[in-house]
Amino acid sequence: MSVLDDKERRIVGFLCNWCSYGGADTAGTARANQPTDLRIIRVPCSGRVNPLFILKALMNGADGVLVSGCHPRDCHYALGNFYARRRLETLKEFLPIIGINPERFHYTWVSASEGQRWQEVVTKFTDHIHKLGAAPKWSEVPALKDVKFDLVDAIRPLGCGTHPALAELKAEIKKALPDLHGVLGWRKGYDAIHAEPFLMQTEAEVDELIWGPFNVQNLANFLPKHAGKKIGVVVKGCDSKNVVELLVEKLIKREDVTIFGIGCNGTVDYKRILAKLPEDAVIESVVGGGSGVKVTASGKEYDMPMAEIAQDKCRLCVKPNAVISDVFLGKPTIEPECEDGRLPALRFLDTLTLEERMGFWKGQMEHCIRCYACRSACPQCVCRDFCVSDSRDPEWLTQEDSVEQKMFFQLIHAQHLAGRCTGCAECERACPMDIPVFALKQQFGRMIKKIFGYSAGLDLESMPPLLGYELEEANIKERDL
Amino acid sequence: MSTFFATPSALLGWLKSVSSDNRVVAPKKKGSVVLFKPWTTEELGACQDASELLIRSTMSAKEVVFPKCETLYELKATKDPSDLSKLHQELIVPNNATATVLFGARPCDARGFLCLDMPYLQGPVVDPYYKAHRDALVIVTQACSNALPTCFCNWIGSNPADEKGSDIIFTPIEGGFVLSALTEKGTALLAKGGFDAADDAKNTAVSEAQAKAKSQLPAESTLKDIPQKVYARFNDEAFWNKEIEKCLSCGACTFLCPTCQCFTMTDKGNQLDGKRMRSWDGCMASHFTLEASGHNPRPSRGMRYRNRLGHKFSYGRKDGDFSCVGCGRCIRSCPAHLDIRTVLSNACEGAQKKGEE
Ligand code: SF4
Ligand code: SF4
Ligand code: SF4
Ligand code: SF4
Repeated sequence: MSVLDDKERRIVGFLCNWCSYGGADTAGTARANQPTDLRIIRVPCSGRVNPLFILKALMNGADGVLVSGCHPRDCHYALGNFYARRRLETLKEFLPIIGINPERFHYTWVSASEGQRWQEVVTKFTDHIHKLGAAPKWSEVPALKDVKFDLVDAIRPLGCGTHPALAELKAEIKKALPDLHGVLGWRKGYDAIHAEPFLMQTEAEVDELIWGPFNVQNLANFLPKHAGKKIGVVVKGCDSKNVVELLVEKLIKREDVTIFGIGCNGTVDYKRILAKLPEDAVIESVVGGGSGVKVTASGKEYDMPMAEIAQDKCRLCVKPNAVISDVFLGKPTIEPECEDGRLPALRFLDTLTLEERMGFWKGQMEHCIRCYACRSACPQCVCRDFCVSDSRDPEWLTQEDSVEQKMFFQLIHAQHLAGRCTGCAECERACPMDIPVFALKQQFGRMIKKIFGYSAGLDLESMPPLLGYELEEANIKERDL
Repeated sequence: MSTFFATPSALLGWLKSVSSDNRVVAPKKKGSVVLFKPWTTEELGACQDASELLIRSTMSAKEVVFPKCETLYELKATKDPSDLSKLHQELIVPNNATATVLFGARPCDARGFLCLDMPYLQGPVVDPYYKAHRDALVIVTQACSNALPTCFCNWIGSNPADEKGSDIIFTPIEGGFVLSALTEKGTALLAKGGFDAADDAKNTAVSEAQAKAKSQLPAESTLKDIPQKVYARFNDEAFWNKEIEKCLSCGACTFLCPTCQCFTMTDKGNQLDGKRMRSWDGCMASHFTLEASGHNPRPSRGMRYRNRLGHKFSYGRKDGDFSCVGCGRCIRSCPAHLDIRTVLSNACEGAQKKGEE
């Protein structure tokens, strides 16, 4: 029997040295009959099992992955399996969005004395994988082409007028400037609609500050670059969540940052603006007012209601006001309630079968040029110049221009952001190929919410769930095979 | 020069017949972005509207000669079944080049290939992989009938009807296209179309279309001695750090750019089999200059962008002979909305010419 003649399946097992590996030994010594499909990799502890090991195995054609460690409260290192339980459960809930059947992955606990239990676990899991058959291959599923998402309606009115509090904000920044290295904000960029981030260091520069629908960039991204200096930052609601998350993760110090906020009325999606103009139109001026902007380009006027040009994330935003600030000016924007924060790509993915989802990502990843702008734009991608995907040893990724490699990079990003991603969607905005990579992070986000009732970036005192554990997890139930 | 006229359907018919023994690469829309992608004979046959192939591409066309990742060689080892201690090793150098017709490149794209030729063909070593792709390539360029606000080909000594680097150039006019061959390769390819000669009225329409595009370009650059002035900024770290404050160092600009030519080489394999690959890399990535010791001579975004601008406009360049073709892709797709024209102007303004300090 072998994998090659299709009688065996490829199953990868990660077994902890102290319990499950011992359990497998006990079963072996007792000459218990076991299927031979499982390839065992011995790890010191189930806590050592990086979820990326599992994803990598599944992406590279494993038909199933089994993780087994010491029973909870019985870990050789006391706590390793508590952490593992949270990560593994979150991963299992994540898998369907990339078209991988979550039943191909199982985690359980087997102690060194439980030879018989081991025999049962491995037999049942192998049987199960045999029933599921060979895993679909990325190279073989048909790519989904020409996908179009529906525009989602905004849950609150989005507006564009000149903000009445802008003058006050400038005054406050000028007051604070002498004590700061600078304040991060936006000014008019190369034309009237393109704003660019800048660091205000003089009063004249503060006068250049703008506030409105074109302030798309998330300036929290720049904060760690200034770590150690006293720095100010102007934030929209979404940006402020990244400031919180950076503080929670101790990447910047609270006493070093001064946070300036104004209620946000939504920002634009440039693709949507440009689609309304002839491609050679030269943008001359723009005035905001009420619920839209009037763009003058090549001598013609174009009315653009925010309902048509706003970014998707703004349409569903429930935190338009800075969740944390030292100076907050003007009237806060009304905070709507919204249960369903799914952006169009995730809504669309939810309607697909597993195989179609794999095809969806295949179709998208075919166009990825691997620039990693998605990573650089992410304020929470704090490894910056030391990203694991650039490492040659260990080699997580090869340079091959294949869907699997490019997809695996997205899985690295999404997995590393699990429980940390605030949903700012900058990764997706930055992608020059317009790939909806945020959907992967949003899937992790909603599963984290479901399991731990947690959303990142809201509370300075909080603990990202994957950095902690409970002895008894309220929403993680032990699964039988 | 003789010019020919083709109706949209005749043009598509020509491309379809060309596709039987060539890979036809042309713009293809994917959502809101446009890529240069192969069009199969079936796709070209099914295409009802030639304008689908005439759109401007988000991505440059450089992949046809400089793939994102290319296998340079493979090693294969097989054990001798009769004596397992013996290993039979084989070195395979793949032939990656295919006869390719690049259709719908713009004049800036075509000139981009001339910039790529510099390191790959005109250096001390001719790169055989690049040369094979390049020899197998015929470039059919569309003269631009309009210019985007981000276009600045006139700053680098070019124009929307520039013929440099193309094998065939065509201009869309009312009712069809006027084509002319510029090289031998182009003449041979164009002959397959069997098109009629274009009459005077049509040639006049071409001049009018080209004049319109020209009029839409920004004012001619008044910058002088660009290479020297950019170079004079070399040690002005404060300048670079301030200009580049907004940059994310994401590198999207380098990957979209038709002239960015840098690569990395990696090996994949085990003790028996393996391959060596060459793939895109760029100066905006921190690891690009990371040395084995851990030292990085370009540790900041400013220093990296200095290289990007310097390589395009200064190092070994003369005024008007730049390694940027003014396509504006890096402006259009930059998440930070950084405009290379602004950085260039600011670098030159107030900068001293070398030797004048
Ligand atoms: S930004 Fe887009 S194209 Fe670049 S690596 Fe990320 S997904 Fe790929
Ligand atoms: S992963 Fe994307 S949405 Fe999440 S914090 Fe990073 S950039 Fe924002
Ligand atoms: S200039 Fe723009 S596209 Fe280039 S690295 Fe910087 S942020 Fe990215
Ligand atoms: S540097 Fe920018 S404008 Fe110049 S050729 Fe490259 S992408 Fe085009």
